[in-house]
Amino acid sequence: MAESVRDRVIAIIAEQAVLEPGDVKMESTLETLGIDSLGLVESIFAIEESFDITVPFNANEPDKSAFDISSVASIIAAVEGLVQAQKG
Amino acid sequence: MARVVITGAGTINALAHDVPGTLAAFRSGRCGIGALELRDVERLSIRIGGQVHDWDPEAHFNRQQIVLYDRFTQFTLLAAREAIAQSGLDFDGRLGYEAGVVLGTAGGGLTTSDENYRAVYEEGKNRVHPLVVPKLMNNAAASHVSMAFNLKGPSFTVATACASSNHAMGQAFMMIRSGLTKVMVTGGSESMLCFGGIKAWEGLRVMSRDACRPFSANRNGMVQGEGAGIFVFEEYEHARARGAEILAEVVGFAMTSDAGDIVMPSMQGAARAISGALRDGRLNGEEVGYINAHGTGTAANDKTECAAVADVFGHHADKLMISSTKSMHGHLIGGTGAVELLACIMALREGVIAPTIGYEEFDPECALDVVPNEAREAKVEVVLSNAFAFGGMNAVLALRRV
Repeated sequence: MAESVRDRVIAIIAEQAVLEPGDVKMESTLETLGIDSLGLVESIFAIEESFDITVPFNANEPDKSAFDISSVASIIAAVEGLVQAQKG
Repeated sequence: MARVVITGAGTINALAHDVPGTLAAFRSGRCGIGALELRDVERLSIRIGGQVHDWDPEAHFNRQQIVLYDRFTQFTLLAAREAIAQSGLDFDGRLGYEAGVVLGTAGGGLTTSDENYRAVYEEGKNRVHPLVVPKLMNNAAASHVSMAFNLKGPSFTVATACASSNHAMGQAFMMIRSGLTKVMVTGGSESMLCFGGIKAWEGLRVMSRDACRPFSANRNGMVQGEGAGIFVFEEYEHARARGAEILAEVVGFAMTSDAGDIVMPSMQGAARAISGALRDGRLNGEEVGYINAHGTGTAANDKTECAAVADVFGHHADKLMISSTKSMHGHLIGGTGAVELLACIMALREGVIAPTIGYEEFDPECALDVVPNEAREAKVEVVLSNAFAFGGMNAVLALRRV
C-alpha cells in the first residue's frame, strides 16, 4: 500500500512538472521541480481525486497546514496519513 | 479637457441596502460577513460571506421585471435608483442622448446559470425558462439601467474580474473628460454567492473559513461579498450650472497589465497603475491622504500592494492612510471597487477614514498605516482607489475633494 501511494503521488507530481517519474526524487522540492502555486493547487486537486480524500490546505498559510509540502517525501507521508485517517 | 464630478451614489451590499447605512457601518467598523445562507451550503467547505440579507425583490420590482432580472441586475437597479435620485437628473429629454451607462461585473447572472444548470443536469429537466439568456448575460444590468432611465449614449459592460468596476468607472470618466458624453451612470455589481460560485473559488484555496483580515499577519484569505455600487459621473460645468451637489471630483485614472501571471499579482504592475493615476491627475504623491486598498486579505495581494504603495510614495507612504473595507463587506469581485469608492467619498466629504477591521497582528510586510479596527477622523484632499485583478489587470482611480 505504502509503495502504491508513493508511486501515485510521484506520478501526479511528475505530470505537473512535465518530468519522467524517475526524475522526481524523494528529496526534491516543488521549487526545484519548477512547480508554482497554481501547479501546487492542481497537484493537490489531483491527489484528492486520485485517493478520494480531502487535503486541508490554504495557499495563504502553507506553513500552518498539516499538509507538509516541503519535499516530495513529506507530501507522500502526508498523503499516506490522510489516506489512513480518512479511508482506514 | 472637461472636469468630471460625482453627483449621485447608490449601493446595496452586506452592510446596508443604501449609502447612508453603508457609511454608518464604515464609521462604526461593523462587519457584514457571516454564515452563508444558500442551497447546498452543507456541501461547501467555505461557508461564510458578505451576503445581502432581507432582500425582497417583490418590494422593488413587479413580476414581469423579476422574470428578467437576475440578482445582480436587481442589485444594480436598486443602487442606480438611489444614485440617480440623489443626482436629481432627468434623462427623458435631450440629456438622454448625451448619457450612457458603463458597468463592471465579473460573473454576470451567475445565479441564473447556477439554477438552470441544476435544473438540466441534476434534476434532469429538458426545458428551461425562455428568458434565461437575456437574464444571465453580463450586460443585462447595464441594459436594464439604460432602459429604466432612458440612457441612450455609449453603454456597455466591462469584465476584468476584481477590477471590473474600477475599469468601468475609468471608462466613464474618460468619456466625459473627452467630451463624448455629459453624464455617465457607472460602477458595478456582482452576485456570485451561489453554490457554483463559491465552489469554483474553493478550488483555488485562497478563501478564508473564518474572517477577512487584510494586512494582518494572521490573515488567511479572502471572503466573498455581493451587491452593487452605482454612481452618477457628470461633467463639472453641467453639474454647476444646475446647482447640483457635488460629492467629489474624479481627477485621474490609470490602468496597467502585468503581462505576467494569471493569478499572482505583480508589484510593478500595481505600482505603475498607482503612479499612472497620479500622473493622469497631475498629482503629487504628497497630496494623497488616503488609499482605499484592494486589500483582499490574501497573503499574496496584501504584501504586494503594500510594496507597490511604498515604491510609489517613498517616505510619504508612512504618512498616508490605507485601509481595506473588504474586511466589512467582503470582496464583491466585479462590483468591489464601486462599493469601495463610497469609502473614498466619505473620506473626502466627511473627513472620516473607514477602518480595516479584523486586524489582529502586525505584519512587517504590510508596515503601513492600515487604520486598524476603528474609523479615524482626518481631513484629506486626494484619495485613491486600487483594484488589482486576476489576470494581472490593474485599475486605479484618483478623487479630489470639491
